[in-house]
Amino acid sequence: MEENKRITNCRVVIIGGSAGSLQALLQILPFVENPISFAIVIVVHRKNSDEQTLEDLIALKSKIKVKEVEDKVKLESGFIYIAPSNYHLLFEKNETLSLDTSEKINYSRPSIDVSFESAAEIYREHLIGILLSGSNSDGTVGLRAIQTAGGISVVQNPLSADMPFMPNNAILHTTPDFILNTEEILEFIKEINQE
Amino acid sequence: MIEDIELETLINDVYEYYGFDFGSYSRASLKRRVSRVFALEGFKHFHDFLSKVRTDPEYYKRMIDEITVNVTEMFRDPSFYLTLRKEVLPLLGTKPFIRIWHAGCSTGEEVYSMAIMLKEEGLLHKSILYATDINASVLETAKSGIFPLRMIKDYADNYRDAGGQQDFSDYYIANYGFAKFNENLSEKMVFSQHNLVSDTSFNEFDLILCRNVLIYFDNNLQKRVVNLFDDSLAVLGFLALGTKETIKYSISQTKYKQFAKEKIWRKIKE
Repeated sequence: MEENKRITNCRVVIIGGSAGSLQALLQILPFVENPISFAIVIVVHRKNSDEQTLEDLIALKSKIKVKEVEDKVKLESGFIYIAPSNYHLLFEKNETLSLDTSEKINYSRPSIDVSFESAAEIYREHLIGILLSGSNSDGTVGLRAIQTAGGISVVQNPLSADMPFMPNNAILHTTPDFILNTEEILEFIKEINQE
Repeated sequence: MIEDIELETLINDVYEYYGFDFGSYSRASLKRRVSRVFALEGFKHFHDFLSKVRTDPEYYKRMIDEITVNVTEMFRDPSFYLTLRKEVLPLLGTKPFIRIWHAGCSTGEEVYSMAIMLKEEGLLHKSILYATDINASVLETAKSGIFPLRMIKDYADNYRDAGGQQDFSDYYIANYGFAKFNENLSEKMVFSQHNLVSDTSFNEFDLILCRNVLIYFDNNLQKRVVNLFDDSLAVLGFLALGTKETIKYSISQTKYKQFAKEKIWRKIKE
């Protein structure tokens, strides 16, 4: 498969989503075997009051260890990182993560576009961006940035998404490399794992 | 996005022409902010933008206002304020006089939050709140105590979640879409310009709050600033940071003890 050549050296898989994405994440993450040869970064919209519950839930269900995101934490392969609520999550050249409390983008903080664009700048062709279910347009601009920088863009098949607007919007405005349902996304992640 | 080399040129020019040093700011956020300003202003080439910054001090000031992040809110992270109220203020209350420094206070919402809590705990009369920022225009807003009314509902919710039991609307007068906070809250506030990048310690404090400011700095500058706070903090004083910030990369852990579950550290020795 030609695409496989392009993604042999994946360093980061970044996953964005909004309404309905938790269900999709829970169909994928618990079935990814430990260890993984890349880092998984999750950027989802949620209410501030949900603060720790998403981290706890994913840590509980996943075989891969969840590392708490604090400002300037090192981004390392083999771990899951989850963007904290009420901050934008950004990527630095020295492979640390930075946080930012600036204005909401697409009514969202964290914004998927902000994190996707920032990750694309640093990880370029070593990055895979996956956009899941959601009901706003955040993520489309970011997916395009990932592709432009040489990375791979994956969109959840809107038919399999609880809220198809977000993946539909990305399909309408970009040409994703892959449109996959959740089982296929899981297979995809397993395939790129070189551990 | 602008190119890395363009950002570095801007950083150098700003330092050379105005003496302000962005060199130790976190690049990811700074680059995004500068790119945004550059795009918004409709410059064709980056060198046009650079020459405007170099030759027009008024424009330079506006640009600084735009690229520094001034988003803040009252009682942000209510559980943090609840811990301050229940655990920290009673300890500070045993002192004859309480000195507090809000470093990087932006438009002042957190300073007014603190004043409200101090008042309710009967401590405001013996407190002094120093509030500093690099940005002169946000300090003007902070001094005025006037905030957009559309935010007040969220603030009132935060206030209650932070243990507030009064009627929040007693603290301000609403008019023309703004809320003006009572002057008896600001009587104990002192506002002044202070640059964490280059200025030194100016007093000794019992509590220093610097929330969501260090995230814009790289590791070296974070170290400098945490040590500046250390120099400015009395033994048994408290340092409070944002919920996702830490001092662990910046200072010896034997000098500080994390307090409760929040990002509050107590200085346990000199």
